[in-house]
Amino acid sequence: MRKKSGLGWYLGAAAAVTLGLFTSAAAADTVKIGAVLSVTGPASFLGDPEKKVLDHYVAKLNAAGGVLGKQIELIIYDDGSATDQSATFTKRLIDNDEVDAIVGGTSSSASLAMLPIVEDAEVPFISMAGAVTIVDPVRPWTFKVVHTDRMASHKLFQEMKAKGITKLAMISENAGYGKSGQEEAHKAVGEYGIEIVADEFYGPRDTDVTPQLTRIKNTPGVEAVLAWGIGQTAAIVVKNYKQLGFEQPLYHTHGVVSPFFIDLAGPAAEGLRLTAAPIVVADQLPADHPQRQFLVDFKNEYESTFNEGVSTPAGHAYDALMLIVEAMERAGTVDKAAVRDEIEKTDGFIGIDGIFTFSPEDHLGLSLDSLMVVEIRDGNWTLTD
Amino acid sequence: MRGVLRRLPSAAGHPFAFVFPFVLGKLNVLSSFLQFLFSGLTSGAVYALAALGFTIIYNSSHVINFAQGEFIMIGGLAAATLTAAGMPLPLAIVLAVFIAVAVGILLEKFAIEPARNASVVSIIIITIGAGIFIRGVAQIVFGKNFHTLPSFSSEQPIRILGATLMPQSLWVLGIAAVAIVFLWWFFNRTLFGKGMIAASHNRLAAQLVGIEIKAVLVVSFALAAFLGAIGGIVITPITFVDYETGVMLGLKGFTAAVLGGLGSSFGAIAGGLVVGIAEAMAAGYISSSYKDAIAFLIILLVLFFLPNGMFGGRSSERV
Repeated sequence: MRKKSGLGWYLGAAAAVTLGLFTSAAAADTVKIGAVLSVTGPASFLGDPEKKVLDHYVAKLNAAGGVLGKQIELIIYDDGSATDQSATFTKRLIDNDEVDAIVGGTSSSASLAMLPIVEDAEVPFISMAGAVTIVDPVRPWTFKVVHTDRMASHKLFQEMKAKGITKLAMISENAGYGKSGQEEAHKAVGEYGIEIVADEFYGPRDTDVTPQLTRIKNTPGVEAVLAWGIGQTAAIVVKNYKQLGFEQPLYHTHGVVSPFFIDLAGPAAEGLRLTAAPIVVADQLPADHPQRQFLVDFKNEYESTFNEGVSTPAGHAYDALMLIVEAMERAGTVDKAAVRDEIEKTDGFIGIDGIFTFSPEDHLGLSLDSLMVVEIRDGNWTLTD
Repeated sequence: MRGVLRRLPSAAGHPFAFVFPFVLGKLNVLSSFLQFLFSGLTSGAVYALAALGFTIIYNSSHVINFAQGEFIMIGGLAAATLTAAGMPLPLAIVLAVFIAVAVGILLEKFAIEPARNASVVSIIIITIGAGIFIRGVAQIVFGKNFHTLPSFSSEQPIRILGATLMPQSLWVLGIAAVAIVFLWWFFNRTLFGKGMIAASHNRLAAQLVGIEIKAVLVVSFALAAFLGAIGGIVITPITFVDYETGVMLGLKGFTAAVLGGLGSSFGAIAGGLVVGIAEAMAAGYISSSYKDAIAFLIILLVLFFLPNGMFGGRSSERV
């Protein structure tokens, strides 16, 4: 690796001496995009589709001539779902590989660990994780795709308000996404005239939440229950909820949206309502939806290439990659400051997660309309609105 | 609580208004208690099976097999993977038990037997290493995702006095009971089982009367794997399973075995149920954040105040 770029530099220098051309352009004969993903470990169900999509679309872009007339060199490191590794590999991407931009941070904690390093080194960075704290407060070099826990709160509270629900119980995982979601819900709930009358927690590897749900059941006046969490225990919440015979509606958020969740929760998930990215209901979107055709094409391409159902993280990876590539094309250079400025000027980019419009105050760029409320019917995500 | 108080004024006109929240409270107290009890008994039964596995191996070799939890994991994961591949559930269960037993025997043959002259502590450390190895292999063979099994019968909860019980919990309790009866029969009614008990009391004497100690060791690992796998399979429809499931279940089983008095089968069963119920009650009445801490609190208390456990003999003096 090192040898090759050294050779490139010598060739470039020779070319500059003999022909008087730009050395730097000849030295950087590829555009380097780096990624740190959780391809293995507990978050692999997110990181694996992300890697597949990056590999596939970079190959496709290169076959069509690359970006700015150069081939894209994609460098992916697997942090094994360990946050300290995400930070180490980010340093390596910047110092050794000298990448032009970075995508990644499969989980919120990985993204938060990578963030100070990219800010320090001033490299354009697009995170693919959910927590709102990644872009709030806004930091100059960090952008993100993926709907936030804050958006999920607002979206679901809008729906609850429309249904006349005023007393809500919550049950949340006491770590990561669940915890930050629970906090965001408390901040958002006041606007909708809803009161949180019970607030229960469980651990990420708990196998039974009937005690917490029993306490919710014994709280008088509960009209709906909202669950915050990801992974297998989120499915146990749904099973235990069914077991205890609750009659109130149960809500979850897009943190659980993966085929694996429906497999685990089984029939107990029928009627569950949750927020979800539009990709999971691509076929059901109205014909005049601006993303519809695009989403259906992406879904078909993913499913025929990889022989597995499309999932939300696949979309995050596509959006992050394309936002960077388009910004580079518009900037006409891979100069980091110019690319950063162009990402921030992105206006109406049609992605998988929604239509992105960034601004100096908003590094997420998605509006609440891009998040859907779906219901599980017959083991499938079904669009409700 | 605050909710109850706020509700009061609406019923305040009624002569017995003050009774309502009280009666309601009483009903809730009973149904909540039952709910916690059911959830404790279900996990307690699995802990009991794991504790029995610890006990059997401890009796035959004085080794604490810290790979016991991996048998639970292999049973659950193998059954889930085979069912997902289209195999009928009963066949998948039988095959998964066989796989776990084979792993148990291989563990004894290739990790424990070659070290038979090593000290007990060294062998315990070997079992910890073997456990890590088995988890690593399981991660490659079965993947890192959680898996599940369909419930053995209906998914319709049974309502008892306001609490609910999943039919699968009855399967867990019933199958654990059958496994325990089978063990009792094996140890008390078969010659080989009696030989194993003899070997646990006095190894040399047992050897002198012609009991094959090597075979005793192999059978004890096979039995421990059998019990673990059964526990893992019956609990999977309720709790799901992944390659790391065995770690916590194994530690809980160990706690149960220590609480019951290492070496006592009856103690292992009682210890398992006590740990399971204590956890569920703590999660229900105190806070679920402390649920996993309960087992380790129990172990500390036992070591301080009851070093021989609830039903333990004086065997610890010999060690």
